[in-house]
Amino acid sequence: MDSMNSRLAWRGWIAVGGVRLVNALSRRLGRGSGTVAGGRVGLLIDSSLLAKLSAGRRVVLVSGTNGKTTTSAMVRTGWGGDVAGNVTGANMPEGHVAALVASSSPRAVLETDEAWLAAVVKLTSPEVVVLLNLSRDQLDRANEVRQMAQRWRECLDSETFDGIVVANAVDPLVVFAAQTAERVRWVDVPTAWRGDAASCPHCTRAIVFDAGDWTCECGFAKPANVTATLTSVLEMDGRRYDLDLTLPGSFNNVNASLAVVALAELGVDAQESLGRMRALTTVQGRYGLRRFGDRTVRLLLAKNPAGTAALLESLVGPDEVWIAINAQVADGKDPSWLYDVPFDALVGRHVSCLGERRLDLATRLTYVNVSCDVVDDPHALREGTGEVTLVANYTAFREWMAMTTPC
Amino acid sequence: MDGDDNAVLTFCVIYPDLLGTYGDGGNAVVLVARARARGIEARIVDVTIGQEIPDASLYLLGGGEDGPQRLACDLLAEGGLADRVRDGAFVFAVCAGLQILGTSFSIEGDATYPGLALVDASTARGASRSVGDIATTVGDHTMVGFENHGGVTTLGGEVAAFGDVLVGRGNDGHVDGYRGARLWATYAHGPVLAQNPWLADEVLEEVSGEEITPWPSVADWLYAERCATISTRR
Ligand SMILES: [Zn+2]
Repeated sequence: MDSMNSRLAWRGWIAVGGVRLVNALSRRLGRGSGTVAGGRVGLLIDSSLLAKLSAGRRVVLVSGTNGKTTTSAMVRTGWGGDVAGNVTGANMPEGHVAALVASSSPRAVLETDEAWLAAVVKLTSPEVVVLLNLSRDQLDRANEVRQMAQRWRECLDSETFDGIVVANAVDPLVVFAAQTAERVRWVDVPTAWRGDAASCPHCTRAIVFDAGDWTCECGFAKPANVTATLTSVLEMDGRRYDLDLTLPGSFNNVNASLAVVALAELGVDAQESLGRMRALTTVQGRYGLRRFGDRTVRLLLAKNPAGTAALLESLVGPDEVWIAINAQVADGKDPSWLYDVPFDALVGRHVSCLGERRLDLATRLTYVNVSCDVVDDPHALREGTGEVTLVANYTAFREWMAMTTPC
Repeated sequence: MDGDDNAVLTFCVIYPDLLGTYGDGGNAVVLVARARARGIEARIVDVTIGQEIPDASLYLLGGGEDGPQRLACDLLAEGGLADRVRDGAFVFAVCAGLQILGTSFSIEGDATYPGLALVDASTARGASRSVGDIATTVGDHTMVGFENHGGVTTLGGEVAAFGDVLVGRGNDGHVDGYRGARLWATYAHGPVLAQNPWLADEVLEEVSGEEITPWPSVADWLYAERCATISTRR
């Protein structure tokens, strides 16, 4: 702790005490893990607390609409040893403060909410920023994806940021955000989703997609000088690496590719980081098997069209699928996005519709001839046999984590 | 389509790559499914940037962000959408689509852009965004949906509003959208026809020129549930 104390002025030290006190109190009162409440109090006492706690540490930030929790876990695990991180998923400054108070490790990986990236880059002076993708998510809270890309671009500009950006070269909005940075490592990964980048962020003309490439008349195009390319294997610096992850889904191969490139920039050998990443079987309850009465349930989190489309594409296993959709503030109050998801991929399976917007979901599925039931009481599903896949959006996922137990 | 027994209804989704921010393409999915359930042949055609606007029974316009909205409007002006509607095609527009069909709209600061001028309706930027449930009275029906926009739309004296606002803002807090010959427009974005099966059938009846028989489905439950939920917000 001594090294941490010396980094903090006395006011910061009181603020850290505040974080610990509130965390202990709220744990005792049973209000979750308390990290956010503690962090909030700490920031109230000392608004520069995040900067003070980050000083002297090697920090990696991971941001994007989809995959930031999993990719952060991959970077943390792949780095090896003790790494600080906001492992509860609280990805705004109060969560970062709580994470850095909880660990004195000189290395930190912080999952960062898209809207907070600019502020957190300034405060933590990261060595590497990983940009995964940008697409629509909870539109009634974060209105314009393009404005987000513009804010990223401003905070990563060569005049304000001197770290390394590891960026998805196939997402035009990510390229727009990263292209003014001093040092960028582009990663070429297969990406099917392009719904939010049809019009050029520079000139609003149409971006033309052709296989894995894209260009605009104004000259804006997919970067040619890529550092790594993911096909069936990951190619980097003339070497080929088999990913062989335990985590399912082709989207996780994409996440791992960006994680491996980020770690290579930090001096970690790709073979070593991948070896450690393969040990990941579950990330905050996702992908892992859990028990619900007599059933074994694989919990998957899907909160927006791009993420859900990626999950449906890689869905394997039994025909029975449960889908739980809520529309709380944290989910976005408007489930219109269900119509942007290619649910036809579920034709031939049987879906149980759960969650507070189960009727919206059942209507959606009925219109594309997916057989489904509306299940008012989830506990009716406790009986029965075998494994089932449950796809849930944010607050529904939390409810199901609480209703199920680890296997 | 009149008088043609083998008619296939074509629902053309206009620039889903520009105007499809809120699942608006769902309206076409709903119409096709409900048409087929009645034995009416129907299909969806998407027209994307750079493609010519094809012949269609009904054109669907969705919502979009500022830049894409302006681009879509320019392309539709060049592509002659207004002429096709004057020549007999139907159009169903939500959100940004509603603004585009009008005489002018303000986006990106206070600059004003000319619309397609199919309808005497001009949109200014409002003091705040309206984000939340919307409910309106349309004839004997209640229409429910979700709105997310910053526009305030003023209708010309000759233009009929589509509905009277019960919950939410719509055009101006009093009325929502507009209704003309072969034309519907509302601020209820996204798949508003999914939440309002009665409206989908009304559109279908007009576009097909055929009498539409009832078709009970889970969408009726959804409509009832939405009405019940939103009515508690009044
Ligand atoms: Zn361009």
